[in-house]
Amino acid sequence: MGEIRLMKGNEALGEAAIRAGLQGYFGYPITPQSEVIEYLAKEEPKYDYVLIQAESEVAAVNMMYGAGGAGGRIMTTTSSPGFSLMQEGVSYLVCTEIPCLFANIVRGGPGLGTIQASQGDYFQATKGGGHGDYNMIVLAPNSVQEMADHTFLGFELADKYRSPVLLLSDGSIGQMMEKVELPDPKPYKPNKPWATVGKPKNRERNILTSLYILSDDMEKKNIHLQAKFEKMEKNEVRFEEYRTEDAEIIITAFGLTSRISKKAVDVGRESGIKLGLFRPITLWPFPKKRIEELASKKEVKFFISVEMNAGQMKEDVMLNVYGKKPVYFFGRFGGIIPTPEEILSAIKSHL
Amino acid sequence: MKEGYELIYKRPKTLLDKRMHYCPGCFHSTMHKLLMEVVEELDIQDRTVGICPVGCSVFAYDYMDVDMQEAAHGRAAAVATGIKRMLPDRIVFSYQGDGDLAAIGTAETLHACNRGENFTFIFINNGIYGMTGGQMAPTTLENQKTSTSPYGRNSATAGMPMKMAEIVATFEKVYYVERVSCNTPANTRKARKAIKKSFEYQMQSRGTSFIEVASNCPSGWKCTPIESLDWIKDQVLPYYPLGVLKDLGKEEVK
Amino acid sequence: MLQEMIFAGFGGQGVLSMGTILAYAAMKEGKEVSWMPSYGPEMRGGTANCIVNISDQPISSPVVNEYDVGVVLNQPSLKKFESRVKKGGILIWESTNIKDAPKRTDIQLYALPAVELATNKLKNVKVMNMIVLGALLKLKQIVKKESVLTALKAALPERHHHLLPLNEKAINLGMGLIKSP
Repeated sequence: MGEIRLMKGNEALGEAAIRAGLQGYFGYPITPQSEVIEYLAKEEPKYDYVLIQAESEVAAVNMMYGAGGAGGRIMTTTSSPGFSLMQEGVSYLVCTEIPCLFANIVRGGPGLGTIQASQGDYFQATKGGGHGDYNMIVLAPNSVQEMADHTFLGFELADKYRSPVLLLSDGSIGQMMEKVELPDPKPYKPNKPWATVGKPKNRERNILTSLYILSDDMEKKNIHLQAKFEKMEKNEVRFEEYRTEDAEIIITAFGLTSRISKKAVDVGRESGIKLGLFRPITLWPFPKKRIEELASKKEVKFFISVEMNAGQMKEDVMLNVYGKKPVYFFGRFGGIIPTPEEILSAIKSHL
Repeated sequence: MKEGYELIYKRPKTLLDKRMHYCPGCFHSTMHKLLMEVVEELDIQDRTVGICPVGCSVFAYDYMDVDMQEAAHGRAAAVATGIKRMLPDRIVFSYQGDGDLAAIGTAETLHACNRGENFTFIFINNGIYGMTGGQMAPTTLENQKTSTSPYGRNSATAGMPMKMAEIVATFEKVYYVERVSCNTPANTRKARKAIKKSFEYQMQSRGTSFIEVASNCPSGWKCTPIESLDWIKDQVLPYYPLGVLKDLGKEEVK
Repeated sequence: MLQEMIFAGFGGQGVLSMGTILAYAAMKEGKEVSWMPSYGPEMRGGTANCIVNISDQPISSPVVNEYDVGVVLNQPSLKKFESRVKKGGILIWESTNIKDAPKRTDIQLYALPAVELATNKLKNVKVMNMIVLGALLKLKQIVKKESVLTALKAALPERHHHLLPLNEKAINLGMGLIKSP
């Protein structure tokens, strides 16, 4: 059993990154995620990772590009407006196939917005975000424990597919404290023959570029990337279900709202409403097949997507329900967290 | 080699035997060669990593036989920082034009210099956006005509041409700054020396080296290569004088 | 058994650390815990609060709307949270700061002059929050006193360890304020 601590989600993320063999962190302070860089700065003397507080998120993501290209196990964390600034870099990292880990501790938007928790960056995370045809694996932790676990998993998936991975969390999970069992440190043995580390006599030079000036070449690159995304869709779908076996109403929720909805399921069941919870853990690849299966079940009457946004994931749920059942939505946004009672009364309004 | 003949000039092995895409007379070709000559001379091919910019030299990796990364427009200094910090014993250089280094990438340039990042900037300043067809750059001379300043750069609205070498020389952790050119054989030899000195400083972990090249753009300037050399001598160098602006190594010797 | 609690007051009154110490103590006893703070500008000048849940089972929602226990240390917090204590639940209020007393009759109310006691009896207003915590421990045996002392030691930086005896005194004083649990 690993070490048990009471930690904030942001701190657990930082500690897990160290234990996963972090070699470089490049970031810029922004609420509500600054605890990550603060934690790593405090721990830095004990380890030999590189830590740079960059001049901007734009610089940070490009330091990632350099350090990741040089073969490092690297990470950055930010919050919504900062992640918007990083999008150009994300697109470059995907195209040059540089593995790295991003965490977006989402706050309410649009614009400068609020520093309170939100899930308003779902579209940005799952539908591209930057320019060009691409996807990233998006993990949505819903507890401090998963902030640590998904950090480990994120690094592994990044290396496995030679691609950036995103942890989409929110301000509340970043700021809240829970008991966390920390994974044991794992020595990191990189195998990155493509990295730009200096060209020995016995190999061709390594070039990392996302420039393919001839359309034929650019199409080939795209076909290669799409094949990789297909593999991710095949292998990396993750989800969790709670009391769905006989459920008549399926709540779909991710991250923090999945925790709140779980309570709503229990409370609702006490009063005789047969509720169940479907929680995508990977927001991309989205658990399409299972949603369709649930929609096909006779006893299921409707779906309701509960989110801290204006219904962004609801669109993915609807796409995969194929019109078989109604899909409703309940959400708060702008930094407001819905309560289990609010969720229940929203459900009751559709009965 | 035929008896009685002596080989006095050849292409460095570190420069690939390829026809370059650069316009006739452009200093990029010369600077590529000088860089790779130094890499060969110092025998550091196996530990050199370069960064190409967005601009005419975006394809520099097609010619230089070293590991390279292609950076987003303006971000070469951040990319170089990332590489050098991960691999402190490698020789890292960013190769950037004026639009890249002094417009869109000013923040990254200045902050890398302020941190004293231990890599070499090769700053090709030709006073124009060459690749996109000759638009005004932050370094375009006053009253110089470009496609976006068809009546000449108006300093009242566009400001004066930026003197990047002078600016970065003010940072305490910048170790070595020199402005060079390739407009005469003597200056070309000086440029080569400057590159070599900066790489040597890098090996000694001295901090940032910044080499500005007063360069040309016959196509963008709409003149012949020979005329471009005259323009450098008569117009560019009076505003952008050549020479060492800062050399903390030399001061140490004193 | 799930206990859902809210701690609220002005920033600087030690509400967040009260919740942290309780959560830490419960974790040390092998319980499941969650601690959800308000953060950001809300904390400056306004009210700071944290929701602490402690349970033998994994905790589903760290956010709840109604609480088994409310601890309020200033007037705005009382106004905000009085109505959100569950029927039959407990509301502890600090009676030096709060002038308008709570009015509910379907919950147990405990008025503690913790600021006054900390100032006059212990000569350090900062341990006011530990007096309140002591009273809570007596009212609800959520965790053992020993676990709280362990938590304090872990939470306080080494340079403040000379304050541990004073904190324990404050906890004892608070426990003594509750006559019949």
